[in-house]
Amino acid sequence: MKTTKALWAALALASVLGASVAAQNVQINGAGATFPNPIYSKWFDEYRKLHPNVAINYQSIGSGGGIRQITNQTVFFGATDGPMTNEQLQAAPGKIMHFPTVLGADVPVYNIPNFKGELKFSGALLADIFLGKVTKWNDPAIAKLNAGATLPATNITVVHRAEGSGTTYIWVDYLSKVSPEWKTRVGVNTAVKWPTGVGGQGNEGVAGLVSQTPGAIGYVELIYALQNKISYGSVQNMAGDFVMASEQSVTAAAAAAAGQMPADFRVSITNAPGKGAYPISSFTWLLLYENPKDKNQAKIMVDFVKWALADGQKFAGPLGYAPLPAEVVKLELAALQRIKLS
Amino acid sequence: MLSIEKFGFSFWRGDNWDPVSGDFGALPFLWGTLYSSILALAISTPVALGIAIFISELCPSGLRAPLVFLTELLAAIPSIVYGLWGIFVLVPVVRSFEVALPDSLREIPIFSGPPLGVGMLSAALILAVMVIPYTSSVAREVLKSVPIAQREGAYALGATRFEAISAALYYARTGIVGAIMLGFGRALGETMAVTMVIGNTPQVTTSLFAPQHTMAAVIANQFREAADELYLHALIEIGLVLFVVTLIVNALSRLLIWSMKPHRQTAKARATVVKNVAAA
Repeated sequence: MKTTKALWAALALASVLGASVAAQNVQINGAGATFPNPIYSKWFDEYRKLHPNVAINYQSIGSGGGIRQITNQTVFFGATDGPMTNEQLQAAPGKIMHFPTVLGADVPVYNIPNFKGELKFSGALLADIFLGKVTKWNDPAIAKLNAGATLPATNITVVHRAEGSGTTYIWVDYLSKVSPEWKTRVGVNTAVKWPTGVGGQGNEGVAGLVSQTPGAIGYVELIYALQNKISYGSVQNMAGDFVMASEQSVTAAAAAAAGQMPADFRVSITNAPGKGAYPISSFTWLLLYENPKDKNQAKIMVDFVKWALADGQKFAGPLGYAPLPAEVVKLELAALQRIKLS
Repeated sequence: MLSIEKFGFSFWRGDNWDPVSGDFGALPFLWGTLYSSILALAISTPVALGIAIFISELCPSGLRAPLVFLTELLAAIPSIVYGLWGIFVLVPVVRSFEVALPDSLREIPIFSGPPLGVGMLSAALILAVMVIPYTSSVAREVLKSVPIAQREGAYALGATRFEAISAALYYARTGIVGAIMLGFGRALGETMAVTMVIGNTPQVTTSLFAPQHTMAAVIANQFREAADELYLHALIEIGLVLFVVTLIVNALSRLLIWSMKPHRQTAKARATVVKNVAAA
C-alpha cells in the first residue's frame, strides 16, 4: 500500500515536472514554397541550436499550399515565392503580412552541341525563344548578341517546368515585363500554358532534361546550374549590361528596388534598374498574421525573423541564394514592430 | 464542383489548358492517357501472352520457377525507379532511334514530331514493360486452370502441339481478355514513370514522337501549386474521371477472370472420362 502510494506520488510529480518542462518546448508549424526549403531548413536548424526549446517545423508543399494553409490557419506561418494577390489577401480571416527572407535567381541553362561558352541573351530574345518564334540556335537574333560564337543549326528544344512552381513564376514574370506578346498571350502564374517545349519535374528534372537533350534551353534556380555544372548564359538588364547571376548581381537587383519598396513588400524585382542588377531575381516571402492568435508563438517567430534577417543571411550564399540588401532589412525590421505580440 | 458548373461536358472537349486565364479543357489528358495505355497494351500483350504460354506449356520444368520469379520481379520495381531508368537509359535510346529515322518516313503522321526522346513512344514502352508482369502472371494462372481433359482430348484427337495450345487458349479466352484488361487498368493509372518520360505537354496528336500529357501526370504535377478554386476543382474532376474509368476497367477484368472457374479433377470424374474413352 505504502509503496503503491509512493509510486503514484512519484508519477504525479514526474508528470507535473515533465509537463512544466514540456510547456517550455514550443513547436511552430509552417508550410509553403519549395524554392527556399534548403535555406529555411538550415535556419531552423541553426536557430534550434541557439534556442533548444524551439522546434520550427516546415513542410515544403509549394507556394499555393502555403497560401492555402495559412488562410485556413492550419499553420502558423506560410512561405511563398509569388506574393499573395489582393483576392487571396481578402479571403484570409485576418491581415497577412509579407516578409522577404532571401533572394533567388533563375538562369537560362542550355546544352548546345560543340559549344561550351557563355551566351548572351536579351529579354526579348528569351521571350521569343520560349514563345517558339526563334527555333534554331543559328538564328540571326542569337548571332547578333553573340558575335564571336559559332552556333550550329540545331533545333532549339525548350524545357520548362511540368508542375507549378515559384521558379516558373519568377521566369514568366520577367518575360511578361520584357515582352508584351508574352504578357497577353501567356501571362504570369506558377503554372502557365507554355506555347512550346517539354516539361520536366522540378529543377532537377529540367536540369536533367537540358543536360541530356542536345539543343535544349531551360530555366533553373542558380544553385542547380552551379551544382550540375550546366552552362548558363548572361541576361541583359534594364541598364543594357549583360549580367551573369551571382550573389552580388542578385542583391544589387533588390537594392535597386529598395527605393520604391511598397509598405507590404509585395513587389516584383524582375527587370530591376541599376547597373549591376541581375534581371531575373526575386524575393521569397514569409507570411505572418499581423494579429496572430498564439502570442507565444508570435514572439518566437518575430525573434526568428529578426535573427534570419541578420545572422541568418550569411548562410544564403553557400546555398545558392543571395542575401537581402541592408535597406530592405531595415524596412522589414520596422514592419516587424507592427505584429501584435500582446 | 466549380469546374463542372462552369464547363460541363465541354471540359472534356476543349484542349486549352490555361491556368492563367482560368480556361480549362482536359481533352489532351484524356487522349494521352488512352493513347499511351492502348499503345502499351499493343506492345505488351503479345510479349506477355508469349511469356505465359511458354511458362505454362513449353517450358522445361527446371526453368519454370526462375522465369516466374524474374517476371514477377518486374512488378516489384517501384514506379519511380522505372521513371529514372526511363530518363537515363530509355530516352537516349529512343532519341537516337528517332533521329536515325529516314526523313521519308517522317511524312507519316505517327512518325512526325520533334526527335526529342521524351514523348509518347518512351511512355508507351515504359508502360508496356510495367504491364507485362500483371498480364503474364494472370494469363499463366488462367492457362493453368484449363482442365487437363481439354488438352488430353486435343492430343487424343491427333492435334499437334501448337493446335493443343490453341485449344487451351480458346478455352481460356475470357480469362486472357481479363488479364489484358487488368494490364490496361494498370497502364491507365500509372503516374510517376509516365510523367518523367512523356514530356508533359498537353496536346492532342497521333505522333509517337511528340511530347504529350496524361490525366494522372497532370494531377501529380499541378496539384501542389494550384492556388485558386477553379484550378483545383478542374484537377479534381480529372481525378474523378480517372478513378471511375480505372474502377470500371478493373471491375470488368476481375469479372472476366473469375468466370474462369477452376476445375477440380476428382477421381470419380477421371474415371468417367477414362470409361467414356474406352467405350468409344
